[in-house]
Amino acid sequence: MSTLWRVADVVSSMPETETARTIGLRVNGLNGNLAGQHIDIRLTADDGYTVVRSYSVAGAGMDETLEITVDELANGEVSPYLVRELAVGDQLEIRGPVGGWFVWKPTDTNPVQLIAGGSGIVPLMAMIRAHHASENPAQFRLLYSLKSPESGFYREELQTLGQESRKLSIDYVYTRKAPKGWPTAPQRLTPETLLASILPTDPAPDIFICGQTVFVETVAEWLVQAGYPAASIKTERFGGTGGTR
Amino acid sequence: MGIISSGFHGRRQTGNPALPPGQYETASFPVLTAGPAPRIPIGDWEFFISTEAGQRHAWSWDAFMALPQMDIHTDIHCVTSWSKLGTTWRGVSLDTLFENVETSSRFTMAHSYGGYTTNVPLPDLLGGRAWVAWEFDGEPLERAHGGPARLLVPHLYFWKSAKWINGIELTQDDVPGFWESNGYHIHGDPWREERYS
Repeated sequence: MSTLWRVADVVSSMPETETARTIGLRVNGLNGNLAGQHIDIRLTADDGYTVVRSYSVAGAGMDETLEITVDELANGEVSPYLVRELAVGDQLEIRGPVGGWFVWKPTDTNPVQLIAGGSGIVPLMAMIRAHHASENPAQFRLLYSLKSPESGFYREELQTLGQESRKLSIDYVYTRKAPKGWPTAPQRLTPETLLASILPTDPAPDIFICGQTVFVETVAEWLVQAGYPAASIKTERFGGTGGTR
Repeated sequence: MGIISSGFHGRRQTGNPALPPGQYETASFPVLTAGPAPRIPIGDWEFFISTEAGQRHAWSWDAFMALPQMDIHTDIHCVTSWSKLGTTWRGVSLDTLFENVETSSRFTMAHSYGGYTTNVPLPDLLGGRAWVAWEFDGEPLERAHGGPARLLVPHLYFWKSAKWINGIELTQDDVPGFWESNGYHIHGDPWREERYS
């Protein structure tokens, strides 16, 4: 059924950062989604021209609604429309949710290490929310690499969860601008910082990495070199910026 | 026609007959894999073909490089909607590798270093339509893109072009591989938009 296009109503639209927006959709007959899955969105211009893009779902629902968070790409064809123009009451078409690999299920029992670069937080947030809503006691740890405090998604919710949840801890790395009073200057993620900010190799956690290609490749490589089993590392990339070769 | 978004104009790329339905052209070469890239020293590398009768044909890197090499000019299409047009590769045709292989199987499973699998019907691998490629744009294939060598089946979505290829197992039935077991189409023809299962 996931290959059929279905009409989605835009039921909410909230700015997430200066360039990103969280959009709530309601789809008749939708039967929830797994944490980490994505949907395809199809837009049709008035002359019939269509374009399709994939977006990670930010939650793991059981009903007819889902949320995505879209970051506007400077030269994007679709994201500027979704972030700047789309309004509550509009409709668009979706396909999915799809994906059975980069997903976390409440029946999974291993500790989980999440590593997000920028807007790569979206499918990982779905896992955090699903984990929080469940009775699952597994330890979750999030490492969130950000350009600046203002560029973070779900800031208040993550802050609250990080303070209140006994089964989730959060580490931040700021690459260009750190918050006031932050103990370290902004810097790119290094192997030392990475390894000091994640769950240890024993017991081996399930690791989910999402971000731009270079970030994901680099982090996955460091983890393998540090002894994390390659089979425990799942990766998802976005942005399509892989260089020209 | 679907729901019209009156404020959406888009950037027309349609009208390019080289683009399958739902695809857009990109000049970059995005990397999409499910996990970390395995590291395979050339000295340990081999490519095998195993048959339903238990025969195993295998080539070391040197034996593989001694086979007739071909330059391939082709478009590639990823299921995530990007297409890269006019790419150049160098490698060995599967026709060459299957020359002395006797089989009545109609299906195959491609196996990669690192454990990745993808199923491809045998007819899709033959007839000058599939290669084991080790060079891209005149340079040795980067590890992130599947080096030392990857399967190249450009008339199917690019997840069928298994990176870090290790061998081809001939199978009696069409058994789903990795992505085919995780929501993606069993065959993957971009011109029929066979994206999801």
